[in-house]
Amino acid sequence: MNTAEAYETNAATDSQTLEMLRVNDLHAFYGESHILHGVNFDVKRGELVTLLGRNGAGRSTTLKSIMNMVGRRTGSIVINGNETLRMKPHHIPRLGIGYCPEERGIFASLDVHENLLLPPTVRSGGMSLDEIYDMFPNLYERRKSQGTRLSGGEQQMLAMARILRTGARLLLLDEITEGLAPVIVQKLAEVLIQLKERGMTIVLVEQNFRFAAPLADRHFVMDHGQIVEEITAAQLPSRRDHLNTMLGV
Amino acid sequence: MTMIFGVPLAVFMGQLTLGLVNGAFYALLSLGLAVIFGLLKIVNFAHGAQYMLGAFAALLGFRYLGINYWLALFLVPLVVGGFGMLMERFLLRRIAHLDHLYGLLLTFGLALIFEGTLVNFFGVSGARYATPEVLQGGLNLGFMFLPTYRAWVLVAALAMCLFTWFMIERTRLGAYLRAGTENSQLMQAFGVNVPLLITLTYGFGVALAAFAGVLAAPLYPVSPTMGSSLLIVVFAVVVIGGMGSILGAILTGLGMGVIEGLTKVYYPEASNTVIFLVMILVLMLRPAGLFGKEA
Repeated sequence: MNTAEAYETNAATDSQTLEMLRVNDLHAFYGESHILHGVNFDVKRGELVTLLGRNGAGRSTTLKSIMNMVGRRTGSIVINGNETLRMKPHHIPRLGIGYCPEERGIFASLDVHENLLLPPTVRSGGMSLDEIYDMFPNLYERRKSQGTRLSGGEQQMLAMARILRTGARLLLLDEITEGLAPVIVQKLAEVLIQLKERGMTIVLVEQNFRFAAPLADRHFVMDHGQIVEEITAAQLPSRRDHLNTMLGV
Repeated sequence: MTMIFGVPLAVFMGQLTLGLVNGAFYALLSLGLAVIFGLLKIVNFAHGAQYMLGAFAALLGFRYLGINYWLALFLVPLVVGGFGMLMERFLLRRIAHLDHLYGLLLTFGLALIFEGTLVNFFGVSGARYATPEVLQGGLNLGFMFLPTYRAWVLVAALAMCLFTWFMIERTRLGAYLRAGTENSQLMQAFGVNVPLLITLTYGFGVALAAFAGVLAAPLYPVSPTMGSSLLIVVFAVVVIGGMGSILGAILTGLGMGVIEGLTKVYYPEASNTVIFLVMILVLMLRPAGLFGKEA
């Protein structure tokens, strides 16, 4: 599996590689139901973007489509210069992608340490276990506990922590603040800032706009399976009221 | 003579040993079934036939290729397990997206084909497979006579069970298997080649059955139907133990063997049905099985 290396050789010649992710005219289907209707957006290297929108707008499905976890997809998804639409699901993460699902996906039959070590390394340069336990001291204290015995906040941190170990450079995070106490949400914001400083590219599906607003470089607003608006961090103050109406906050 | 509850000690111990040996087979087979069910979510009805294929491969390997027992114990699980991987890759995978009942039907059909083909060539009467020389005879323990081969079967089967437990509970590949059993789609999203993991898991489960088959060859007549009668009991054992735990499957297998053996001592008429009575009781009191996780 040498897609990562193949990319490195492309990188020198391809000026497009400032772009980490480009999604073009993406349609996705679950069986008969047509969920995404031509999604277009791009994410630059080192950027943090959010996908905002009401429930059912297609934000989670967009992330799942990127990971090839939905039924059928058409269009184009280019990651690191590689067209991935026809790639097998287990080859996509090896391009350097970490995915954190909405339901967190902590494994009950594994303890915290095993959960943390589970995802295979996809690229070199991931965080070491020490660095991860430094970032999430709670997890170190509870490393022998069964994964699902953790509190919701600890499980969320575990779900984040385990994809940092793998060397992934593009993180797809689905509703990581959902149902968590404000102090944990604050901690997650600090973590995201640190990850950005490390040069990670992050796509954040978020309901909690107050959490996402100060972190993101750009916001994409989704509705009915399409991106209906793009708002940069600079435009945000003047567009806030408009956004609030759109999101129904 | 020492008596235990009105039965001579030697008789009691003899049946206890027999029960433990049968139990060791139940444990090995139910372990394979549980591992396969966990990841593939199909009830492998071909498991009994694959056990039978193990015994037949040992028999034919000796007859035509001169492969001795020890070599067979090592080679046959690899060959039959490899055959199982081909079954998974080219048959089971094609129907993996359908209702799991189709997997049950397919494996059941395959079991009938294997059995029928071998009956056609070898009949149903069964052939003898010689016990290896070093394991012939027995030990006089004073209070009972312990046939060496039965003692060996017990040790070998338990060692294989523990090896399986270690592989699943203590290795990275085992962690993949446990996690894949819970959520295989997320494992793909981490970059784990789940289709390959499924093929290997099925092959491993089948290899366990074939290993049991080789162990059984010197004990029971090697016949094409030797697996189907055993499999029904093994299904009951799996239901009693539940799908949750590896050690649970091992303990339930041994325990049911012992219960069956002791029933033979005290009330022989019920010895064929006692496991099913236990199954009914367990289903009424703890539907997920003794070691299963409550859904």
